Amino acid sequence: MFLDLLSLILLVSAALWTVMTRSLLRSAIGLALTSAILTVIMFKMEANLAAVFELSVCAGLIPVLFVSVVSLTQPYTHQEILERMKSMFARFRLLPVILIGIGLILVLLGPHSQAKLPLPESGENTRFILWHLRQLDLLGQVIILLGGVFGVEVLFKERKKSA
Amino acid sequence: MSALLILVPFFSVLILNLPLKGIRKLAFGGAICLSLLQMAAVFIPDSAFWKINPHAFGSIFSFELSADSLSKVILFCIGLVSFSALFATRQTLKESAGRFNFINIILIAVAGMNGVALAQDIFSLYIYLEITAVSSFILIAFNRDILGLEGAFKYILLSGVATVLMLAGIALFMLIAGSTSFAVIHAVLLNHNKDFLISLGIGLFIVALFIKSGLMPFHGWLPDAYTAAPAAASVLLAGVVTKIAGVYVLIRILVSVISFSPAIKSILLFVGALSAILAAIAALTQSDFKRMLSYSSISQVGYIILGVGSGSVLGIAGAALHIFNHAAFKSLLFINSAAVECQLGSRDIEEMGGLAKQMPVTSLTSIIGSLSCAGIPPLAGFWSKLVIVIALWMAGFRAYAVIAVLGSILTLTYFLILQRKVFFGKPNAEFKDIKEAGFSLTFPALILAALIIGAGIFTPFILNRFILSFNSILGG
Repeated sequence: MFLDLLSLILLVSAALWTVMTRSLLRSAIGLALTSAILTVIMFKMEANLAAVFELSVCAGLIPVLFVSVVSLTQPYTHQEILERMKSMFARFRLLPVILIGIGLILVLLGPHSQAKLPLPESGENTRFILWHLRQLDLLGQVIILLGGVFGVEVLFKERKKSA
Repeated sequence: MSALLILVPFFSVLILNLPLKGIRKLAFGGAICLSLLQMAAVFIPDSAFWKINPHAFGSIFSFELSADSLSKVILFCIGLVSFSALFATRQTLKESAGRFNFINIILIAVAGMNGVALAQDIFSLYIYLEITAVSSFILIAFNRDILGLEGAFKYILLSGVATVLMLAGIALFMLIAGSTSFAVIHAVLLNHNKDFLISLGIGLFIVALFIKSGLMPFHGWLPDAYTAAPAAASVLLAGVVTKIAGVYVLIRILVSVISFSPAIKSILLFVGALSAILAAIAALTQSDFKRMLSYSSISQVGYIILGVGSGSVLGIAGAALHIFNHAAFKSLLFINSAAVECQLGSRDIEEMGGLAKQMPVTSLTSIIGSLSCAGIPPLAGFWSKLVIVIALWMAGFRAYAVIAVLGSILTLTYFLILQRKVFFGKPNAEFKDIKEAGFSLTFPALILAALIIGAGIFTPFILNRFILSFNSILGG
């Protein structure tokens, strides 16, 4: 229970850091950290393959996205970053409190549900699901990646032209 | 075999990008052929296309897909609008390499939208929605100007929020039903309709779809995205992308998964009426041609949602008919705005005037598009609006029926203002040497105008059959 709570707090903190920091580099580190914590949580919940996917997708795709974003934007100076971060934290300082408040209210209200958690997947089962039952989703993910490649290609080409 | 509607655009992109000499020149013609074939396949319901054995290519492409009347309307709209958008690229994107990439992204978007229209599983639906969204971001930001990037950023941001809500909804459905199949979730929801988690999942999903549809008050991204996007992208976005990503999915989820409840009907009717009226009022105050059309789109989506909110077969059929009509007249109007922008280099309607003489085809077709959008008989838009109003009246939502009629009057008002300021009224001496736009913009405009007139004339003859085909969707 303590470890679960700690993982949750770490996950939310890393996610908030990712969103609130004004430095793209720190934001990228925050996102990687969020993904790593999420992976640990998934492993702990015995969703091993989902955890591997989370880690591999994040490790592969996020750097591509960030390289493209970095190449398209003008960096702030260190001073500007600090000033903007201060203003961001001032503006959103209540956000974690509100999130925790909503969570507590939901827990205290104790919504009744008859839902039962599905059993953890087994490796063999997941392989069957992926390659036999979810082919359409796999094709969809390939098409998304293809779309992403075109996005990066289009944006980089324009960048080269204007440079 | 429905899977071909996803596989063919996907493999076309792969083939077009093979390092073969001259293959890039086939991109435009190939994409046009695909859009025409898609329309033909849908238009001929008994064609051999639908009878191909899904296992003909072995087990690797045997997807669980299905196309009912609603899906077929959407598939036809995708073919029609992508056809128009592809033609628009010829004049609005001068650089051939850029145009080639643009066509590739349109094909990826088409594969995504076809997947959305055919999916029978809520997670597959989500994945194909994301394909549509990713290709839309790229299309909006394509020109890399500041407004385009801002429009794309707003779309990414709000689409991201919608995605999170949708995924949370899917997770809750999965938790309760143990499956993501429409049929299984539907069966489980019927037995657990009072469960708090189900209500939460439904709520999250519906809000996500309101954002994707650009309905008020979730419309913040839409006018900027439509206005800033390249002309061909605006045609695709306004004509079909947001209608599929938001409105179609909403209808599909309501009829195949969630089912209508009095609370859902009330929410839909309220949001629909709010969008239909407020967006029409906002359109009245716009001076940018594309921005006015963007607000008009929000208003028309509001109309569609009013039809859906009636919760009846007639209302759903009216909504589907209006999705088709909206695809035709809004694509036409965005092509008209592209023609005007290409020739004048401006979208400010306050600067224009008297263009009807210099641009007769654009002027004539825009009148047809505007009148159809306003629901003037005998054009196509009249019939769908009539069906929606009758559905609302018959379902006992008479106040909303009156609001729908008021929305049409407002639509007519802002389009009359647009016509007067752009094509009639006092000519601007600065634009006295302006000529008609090229074939690439006038040809699809004429085709769409002819379709609007033709559909207007023939709708009364097929309306009963069309409405009856929706009975099975609602289990009637």
